[in-house]
Amino acid sequence: MSFEGLPEEATRKKTNFLESIYFVEILKGLAVTGKHLVKNIFATDDMPTMQYPEEKRVYSDRFRGRHRLMQRDDGTPKCVACQMCSTYCPADCIEIVGAEHPDPTIEKYPATFDIDLLRCVFCGLCEEACPCDAIRLDTGIYEIAADSREKFVVDKDFLLNNKTDGTR
Amino acid sequence: MPIVLESLAKIVFMFLLIMGMVPALIWAERKGAAFIQDRTGPNRAAIGGVRLAGLVHPIADVLKLVFKEDVQPEARHKAFYNLAPWLAMTIAVSSYAVIPFGDFITIAGRKIPLVVADLQVGALYVLAVASLGTYAVVMAGWASNNKFTFLGGIRATAQMISYEISMGLALMGLMMIFSSLRITDIVAGQGDMIFGFLPKWGVVVQPLGFILFITAVFAETNRNPFDLPEGESEIVAGFHLEYSSLKFALFFMAEYCHMVVGAALIASFYFGGYQIPWAPRAVLEANAGGLLTAKLIGVAVAASVFALLFLRRAQKEKNKFNDNRDREPVLGAGLWILVAIGAAGALLLKPWTVGPQGAEMVATVFQISAFVAKVVFFAWLFIWVRWTLPRFRYDQLMHLGWKVMLPLGVANLVVTALVMAFV
Repeated sequence: MSFEGLPEEATRKKTNFLESIYFVEILKGLAVTGKHLVKNIFATDDMPTMQYPEEKRVYSDRFRGRHRLMQRDDGTPKCVACQMCSTYCPADCIEIVGAEHPDPTIEKYPATFDIDLLRCVFCGLCEEACPCDAIRLDTGIYEIAADSREKFVVDKDFLLNNKTDGTR
Repeated sequence: MPIVLESLAKIVFMFLLIMGMVPALIWAERKGAAFIQDRTGPNRAAIGGVRLAGLVHPIADVLKLVFKEDVQPEARHKAFYNLAPWLAMTIAVSSYAVIPFGDFITIAGRKIPLVVADLQVGALYVLAVASLGTYAVVMAGWASNNKFTFLGGIRATAQMISYEISMGLALMGLMMIFSSLRITDIVAGQGDMIFGFLPKWGVVVQPLGFILFITAVFAETNRNPFDLPEGESEIVAGFHLEYSSLKFALFFMAEYCHMVVGAALIASFYFGGYQIPWAPRAVLEANAGGLLTAKLIGVAVAASVFALLFLRRAQKEKNKFNDNRDREPVLGAGLWILVAIGAAGALLLKPWTVGPQGAEMVATVFQISAFVAKVVFFAWLFIWVRWTLPRFRYDQLMHLGWKVMLPLGVANLVVTALVMAFV
């Protein structure tokens, strides 16, 4: 077989006699794995493994986790049902039904606000599109689990479940 | 009648030894693999918060496999499909019959050799049973009526034929040196010394034979780097692909039984079996009292050290998990304190004044411990090698078997014969 035109390192390395009888190389390999074994027996706590449910990874503040809807001071949603987020959403996972707001200075409010968390790609475009800072992905929650597909579609009450002063 | 009872007792002892080692080996395989790969390994299954560093996982495994549904392919050959796992298990444990695990003990004036069947052709029996093991694999592969299992069975056959020859050739040199096929003779012969200081172990007189034999044993047990019959990357799971539930568990256990057999064979043929180097049985019996005392003191000291380590952990990690698992170090410390007290208490019985009967028992116990220690080491070697080496490619396997090991085996035989004839 010819390897012309290939770079030097792409061709098979020539083995010398000691390497070609395997035996010494096997012992070297056993030494490598043995070293890891002994090191880990005596320093079990230094292993990079994270004991997940007890220890949790800390992400940066900019991490995009599960969504939440922001509230006004009286606890009603800041959202004005303008549909910008659901229009922008590349995964098409937000469904809003608007309704007329009793306060004449505010045009609309969302009668329903559903997000399908299974379709969401957590890109954050909804939070960029929102004109009144009503939706954010800053909860830091990444443990999203349920036992049926229906339960992943979260509604307005679920998303509004946070504090009125805007803290998480 | 006493002979039947004796044999039964020895069979039960051997069987319990193997069956006790299987879960321990499964644990060592998982934990060892994890530590070699810088992971923590199994540490979740617990009984009342005690996890025993993952030793509870094999129990959970067995429970799971027993209660699983036994899914069987429609087009299987019913009889062979059901027979194969039992055959695998039976053959795996039957090799033990000829392996001596100790010298002898005297009970009621009768000298009882510590081997189930002291066959004149023990080494031949070992070779015969070892190659029978492949029948189970072929049977399972064929009866499952699946292309992948069938390929696994074919690979097992070809591998067995290629490596059985080297295994026999390697053993032949050893048989010539100890001029016997009886394994008890081979093991007893390894108690001698050459040049007065080197133990006459098989590995010393037959180093090349040892390398050939250990390679062939790895191939016979279908362990990495020779686990082509179950090569996951090419033929899914090979011969046991269509097995589930208890039948899969049997194949799984048979693999570990094979490992223990392989380790026991390597220890018996090449590492002196139950012989302790530089301490033949007469020396052991003469110093039995001192040895027993030293052992008890050693156990007491080691147990106290372990207890102290556990107590320190109990102090340091009092609220690590905030559940049952926090009890672990406390219970561990308690156990080791009990062991230390037990060993120290046994010293009060004046172990340095054992009689001749007791001296024999002590020597036997020490020899059995030596045998078990060697078996455990070689069983660990199987695991260690598995997590170090990649699997052979099929043509490389055949190349190694026919073009490297077979000529080396013949050369080893010829050189041994010449040396024995002229030196």
